[in-house]
Amino acid sequence: MPGNEFNGFTDYGIGIGLRATHYDHILTRQPVVDWFEIISENFMIDGGRPLQILDSILDQYKVVQHGVSMYFGSAERPNREHLRRLKDLVKRTKTPWLSDHLCWGSVDGRYTHDLLPMPYTFEAAKLTAEKVRQVRDFLEIPIAVENVSSYAEFHVSEMTEWEFLNEVVERADCGILLDVNNIYVSSQNHSFDPFTYVNSIPAKRVAQIHIAGHSKYRKYILDTHDHPVIDPVWKLYERAVQRAGHTATLLEWDDSIPSFKEVHDEALKANKFLADTLLAKAV
Amino acid sequence: MKLLELQRTMARAVMQPLTSSEQMRNTSPGGTPMRAYAARFIKPNDRLTSFERLEIYNRQYWFRLLSSLSEDFPGLRSVLGERRFDAMCKAYLVDCPSRSFTLRNLGSQLEFWLESHPGFAGANQALALDIIRLEWADIEAFDGKIELALRAEDLANQPGDTLRLRLQPYVRLLSLRYPVDDLLLDVRTDQDTEVASNAFREGRKRKKVRAVARLKPSRIFLVVHRIDNSVYFRRIEAEEFAVLSQIRKGKPLGKAIELAMRKSKIPPDQQAASVQEWFQNWSAMGWFCRLEDPVAAS
Repeated sequence: MPGNEFNGFTDYGIGIGLRATHYDHILTRQPVVDWFEIISENFMIDGGRPLQILDSILDQYKVVQHGVSMYFGSAERPNREHLRRLKDLVKRTKTPWLSDHLCWGSVDGRYTHDLLPMPYTFEAAKLTAEKVRQVRDFLEIPIAVENVSSYAEFHVSEMTEWEFLNEVVERADCGILLDVNNIYVSSQNHSFDPFTYVNSIPAKRVAQIHIAGHSKYRKYILDTHDHPVIDPVWKLYERAVQRAGHTATLLEWDDSIPSFKEVHDEALKANKFLADTLLAKAV
Repeated sequence: MKLLELQRTMARAVMQPLTSSEQMRNTSPGGTPMRAYAARFIKPNDRLTSFERLEIYNRQYWFRLLSSLSEDFPGLRSVLGERRFDAMCKAYLVDCPSRSFTLRNLGSQLEFWLESHPGFAGANQALALDIIRLEWADIEAFDGKIELALRAEDLANQPGDTLRLRLQPYVRLLSLRYPVDDLLLDVRTDQDTEVASNAFREGRKRKKVRAVARLKPSRIFLVVHRIDNSVYFRRIEAEEFAVLSQIRKGKPLGKAIELAMRKSKIPPDQQAASVQEWFQNWSAMGWFCRLEDPVAAS
């Protein structure tokens, strides 16, 4: 949904992930890009070249922060040092909203550095929503939680993944970073209809959409972010923007990263679907 | 199963080392069959057993963390060779799992851990420790804090002997038994240290490593520092190292120089000129922070 409370009432268009392999191209050629998404943890440092480059990017482009280690679903309190550094970065980037994953990854102070799947229980939803609220209150900006790709399901789950997502975002009153590639990957791994997922989320809470490629293996799909977006994922994206409207969209490409132009051209394919949302609004 | 119990149960399995063929072990951390352990909390589906689904996460944990250490310590990898390096990293991660939200800090305990586990480096223990110190200092210098640099005018009217200078936080001082700076520059390859946002790798990123001929010991003193945000290694004299170390400890300038020169081989009549030249160089490279405002500091 463009310009909603969960993305700071912005309408950012199509962005790509800021990656080190593209720094030179971006800083020397200054290509026209609607916005860049940064991985917060890469810049939650005290100084040096990464922050120098970030400042140069911030001089010319809009930047949104995306995190990988807040672990809203971990059954332990948020790490204070993490929050302090994150807030410093938020002040630096002036990101209009901040996203991280609906997952867990640490327990008893030990970090797996992975995005581990949640058990879809009411207990977990309640705890996760409470942590989202704590982080939002500390950072004082809108939060969007992203659905992750998963490879396992738990016996204790009491609802579907999309019901769990809805339960969390309603309890936390936060936004959704809807990753349609992750929905596709999980739908293949867990045999559900991905359109049911997309049709079930509260469209008014969608702050941003992720698109990406993945890798298919004999018995499962891995979310590798190393390929172009496949047609079934574009179809999910089309449905998502039909429901949510002209939404900030971000292509993730994290491994075997091709040229800047190739990544950006892939992302701009989303224009075809976003244009339809504007047309629908006009008529 | 409650959330905390489930997360502890899964984390124990995910963080348990793989077999030599990089598969999940058949025995759980508690010694029970892993198939039963996984089936307790993970559902199978029509293609994968509970064991196989859990194994995906177990493998990704180790691939991700071992790749991270490999990228951060290419010099150590060269010193130990790939097999020893892998074995050492696995043992290190079992003893020192990550306690930071960022993989940047994964190797922070490696020097101290290897000191008490010399078997992993064998005859190359001292060399291995030196290269770890240098590679960790490189990480710290790369993204360490920088404060406003000291200017000449900041020293006006300052009492020389009791003046307390401060080194920039990113400046790292190393006393090393081996000339590992040349070694590291030789073996270093470009590294991609970014954290992918939500991406898995099916396999580990392996980099070809050639065994490094054993270096001969030769004491060096090194400053790992930054110029225009690029990290450099600068060899310095023993006395320079001593003065800088005393300054870092907070000693007043006069005392720092006095302590550093006690065992100096520099003839007494040349010491003043040497000290003056060192300070000119250090200041030119911005190694000193601006003096604290005594009012603000109080």
